[in-house]
Amino acid sequence: MRNFLKLLVVLGVFALGTVGVSKAEDSSDPVIIPLHNWSSQLVMSYAVGQMFESMGNNVEYISTDSQAVYESIRLGDVSLELEVWEGAFGNSFRAALEKGGIHDAGDHDAYTREDWWYPLWTKEACPGLPDWEALNACAAIFSTPETGDKGRFLGGPVDWLKHDAERVEGLGLDFVVVNAGSASALWAELEAAEKTNRPTVIFNWTPNFVEAVWAGEFVEFPAWEEGCDTDPAVGYNPDTTYDCGNPPNGYLKKAAWDGMPEKWPNAYKTLTQINFTNEQIAEMAKLVDVEGHDPEDAATEWLAANEDVWKPWTM
Amino acid sequence: MLENPIKSDSLLGLSNIIWAYVFLALSLVLVISKGVLPEGIHRPPSFLVFPFADWINAFFVFIRDDLGLIHVSRAVSSGVEWLLDVTANLLYGKHRWPRIGPIPWSAIAATAFIIGYGLGGIRLSLISGGTFVWIALMGQWKWAMETLSVIIVATPIAVLIGLIFGTFAWRSRAFERILNPILNLAQTMPHFAYMIPVVVFIGVGPKAGAIVTVIFAVPPMIRMTLLGLRSVSPEVIEGGKMSGSSGWQLLRFVRIPTARTEILIGVNQVIMQCLAMVVLASFIGMPGLGQKLLQLLQSLKIGKSVEIGISIVLIAITLDRCTQAWAKREPVHFPKGSSILVRNKFLFVWLVLFVLFVILGQFIPILDQVKRNQAFSISAPIEVGVDWLVITLDPITQWIRWFLITWVLIPLRNFYLWVPFTAILALLACFGFKIGGLRSALICTTFFTLIAMTGWWDRTMITVYTVTVAVIIAAIIGFPLGMFASFGERSSKTVLLICDTLQTFPSFIYLIPVVMLFGVNDVAVIGAVVLFAAVPLIRYTIEGLRNVDPQIIEASQMSGANKFQTLFKARLPLAIPTIMVGVNQSVMFSLFMVIIAAFIGTQDLGQEMQRALSFTDVGKGLVLGIIVSFIGLMVDHLIMTWSYSRKQILGIQ
Repeated sequence: MRNFLKLLVVLGVFALGTVGVSKAEDSSDPVIIPLHNWSSQLVMSYAVGQMFESMGNNVEYISTDSQAVYESIRLGDVSLELEVWEGAFGNSFRAALEKGGIHDAGDHDAYTREDWWYPLWTKEACPGLPDWEALNACAAIFSTPETGDKGRFLGGPVDWLKHDAERVEGLGLDFVVVNAGSASALWAELEAAEKTNRPTVIFNWTPNFVEAVWAGEFVEFPAWEEGCDTDPAVGYNPDTTYDCGNPPNGYLKKAAWDGMPEKWPNAYKTLTQINFTNEQIAEMAKLVDVEGHDPEDAATEWLAANEDVWKPWTM
Repeated sequence: MLENPIKSDSLLGLSNIIWAYVFLALSLVLVISKGVLPEGIHRPPSFLVFPFADWINAFFVFIRDDLGLIHVSRAVSSGVEWLLDVTANLLYGKHRWPRIGPIPWSAIAATAFIIGYGLGGIRLSLISGGTFVWIALMGQWKWAMETLSVIIVATPIAVLIGLIFGTFAWRSRAFERILNPILNLAQTMPHFAYMIPVVVFIGVGPKAGAIVTVIFAVPPMIRMTLLGLRSVSPEVIEGGKMSGSSGWQLLRFVRIPTARTEILIGVNQVIMQCLAMVVLASFIGMPGLGQKLLQLLQSLKIGKSVEIGISIVLIAITLDRCTQAWAKREPVHFPKGSSILVRNKFLFVWLVLFVLFVILGQFIPILDQVKRNQAFSISAPIEVGVDWLVITLDPITQWIRWFLITWVLIPLRNFYLWVPFTAILALLACFGFKIGGLRSALICTTFFTLIAMTGWWDRTMITVYTVTVAVIIAAIIGFPLGMFASFGERSSKTVLLICDTLQTFPSFIYLIPVVMLFGVNDVAVIGAVVLFAAVPLIRYTIEGLRNVDPQIIEASQMSGANKFQTLFKARLPLAIPTIMVGVNQSVMFSLFMVIIAAFIGTQDLGQEMQRALSFTDVGKGLVLGIIVSFIGLMVDHLIMTWSYSRKQILGIQ
């Protein structure tokens, strides 16, 4: 009922807008923002959605798979993506770029890192960490019934296309790679390990809510060199590829549907200017994962506290 | 589908039993001489493996782009989207036409209360009204309304499509014959398989969620319509004809009203199927409780996800009880001349309450919306409980994990992968001949030969291994529990209630606790599957044992049998056919759950299915779906044939 009033106000604003300024107007169709399954992305999506709303746009959120979303953006079913991780989604993103319909809408200042990671209590059992050779020396403390004498490394889902098995071979690690089926399986394992302070080494990344909940460190593998993934000669082992750590500063991009600049020119302009840092992303994730807010409320709260950050983007 | 298996057809003059032994021997020979025989008998040689997925993809590209089907599907989906926008606006105030919502929660709760009262009296009204009050107080109103806005649209569409197809199938045998295998396939195929084409043709979002829900919910409606129309007695039809009804009138005013009960049971099943899709459909953008549940689970908020799970169960119970009450209700007749107020008293009471709460909602904000920070929560004690459970059970779970993995799972899994595929085909032929003769043998071997030809043999074997172990463990737990519960009326009821709740609880919730208990490995996967597989086993064991003819039980008691003797000598043998139906269902449930368990981490068909969904690979998804469906259909065929012939021998039904 009271939305009727809101509608009148919106219509009034529209009328004023068209009279006052002759700049291109955004379509009244909703901008469709995808939601995935990790908290920083949720909060960021709601925050950007609320920014668009403050500019008079309509916004709708839909939950989608984080790999399949690029296909949906290409077809225009989804308008944009706020977190394109180089490591996790680079492949899907590039594949969609080649097919057309989607484009790169600029980078965040945030860098991303994805690699083997352990919670701090692991260090008590294996004091040499984070060095990878020290990790290998205490492989036995990571063993489980299904891996026998070797240690277990719990990797991400197979479709994230990480090259953990190649690295185990290249660096001669006494580890077996077990792939979890989803990110949540990784965290459930971590939470279970915490209850008994069991040493564990899993796949993890930053920025991520996990760093706010469990303190931990990445394993330091031989440093990433260009060509380590393609040229066997590069890296620690002269005969294999992937014999090094992952690049410590991958990109975090935004992507947009090709039709977006034309349909919502103002929202698009804002999108290209949006730029988050690791600290801001971690802060957003923390509101949800540590303080227990609903992602939508967390976004509102963050926006209210950081107007000086985001207001300029909407100008 | 069933023919009389007792009347055995003999092949080459040898009886089925002889053939069964021949194939068993062949199977053993193939296993023993594995090292000697060529690689081709071990795994299908490459000339036998066909790129079905590529063909399907080429076909889909053809109908989508060359025939332009995408425009048709997008047009249909925008129609659905319009309907969804209307319900979404009314229920949670989405900014779409007619822009009058959201209706205050108290007004909707009052509506639910009145519907419950009208259909089933005060008890039902407390359930239905109470459900909505609970949802509002837990601060889940908007999510629940997002879910309902889709269900309200999907249910009538599914019912309508089901009625139309069911009627056609009833009119034309030929149509039924074409439809039947499609329905069999659709009902056994994992949901993810048909989500992928929906993403391609419809896109993502609430409309895709609604459409995938409709697709999933239609088959039972078709079946119930067909059943209902078939069971109308000829006398009724005769009566209709004598009053001069035309063909259409006969259908509209005689046949469908007479088949009312079956059709309404169909409606009930449609609603239940829709609710079962609430969580799964959120993978392709269905909003609401399901989406929230997944998000919360993925950040390990078990307590909060259980709250949502409870809401989904409550909504399911409400809708189930209400439609059942509606199905059983006899039409009420009012004496001639009674006023319009008396005839429609519920409508009027509802209208008054509704308007009252809408107005009150404008002045008393708490009756309009319960804000999330005003809401109650029971998540903290649940989380403490789960934590406690994980820590306390740790020594036991560690031991179970070690024991199962080292002594049962790894050896068994290696064995399944080691056996040559030809030996498995021969073994299936043996089962086929033993149970249903030549026809069954052909059905079984054809299904698995086709599976071998897809090139997914190893993954299929891992799936079969998981299902086998899970069903066996479920049987070890379920049979004794079912037998024990069947001794008393009260205990049966309690156990059945627990079964119902376990089953309606969104299956995803089980995945996180099992990982916390067992870690990411096969034990966790099997643990999750067992929870699901045990339910039908327990249920059918109880029902089978309790429905044994009381005269037989009395007879055995008179001959001096004690409680256990009656159970094992009289009740159990007679209940076995029913219990086998439970085993059958248990296999179906396991196949469903094993696919979902890919989210824990598996190396079976489910993992590939998950990948196909991520990369919107229609061909691969459908091929994998059909493999799972074939496994299900084969087991279904064998068990149902066996159970049917067993019933004939026992002279029941």
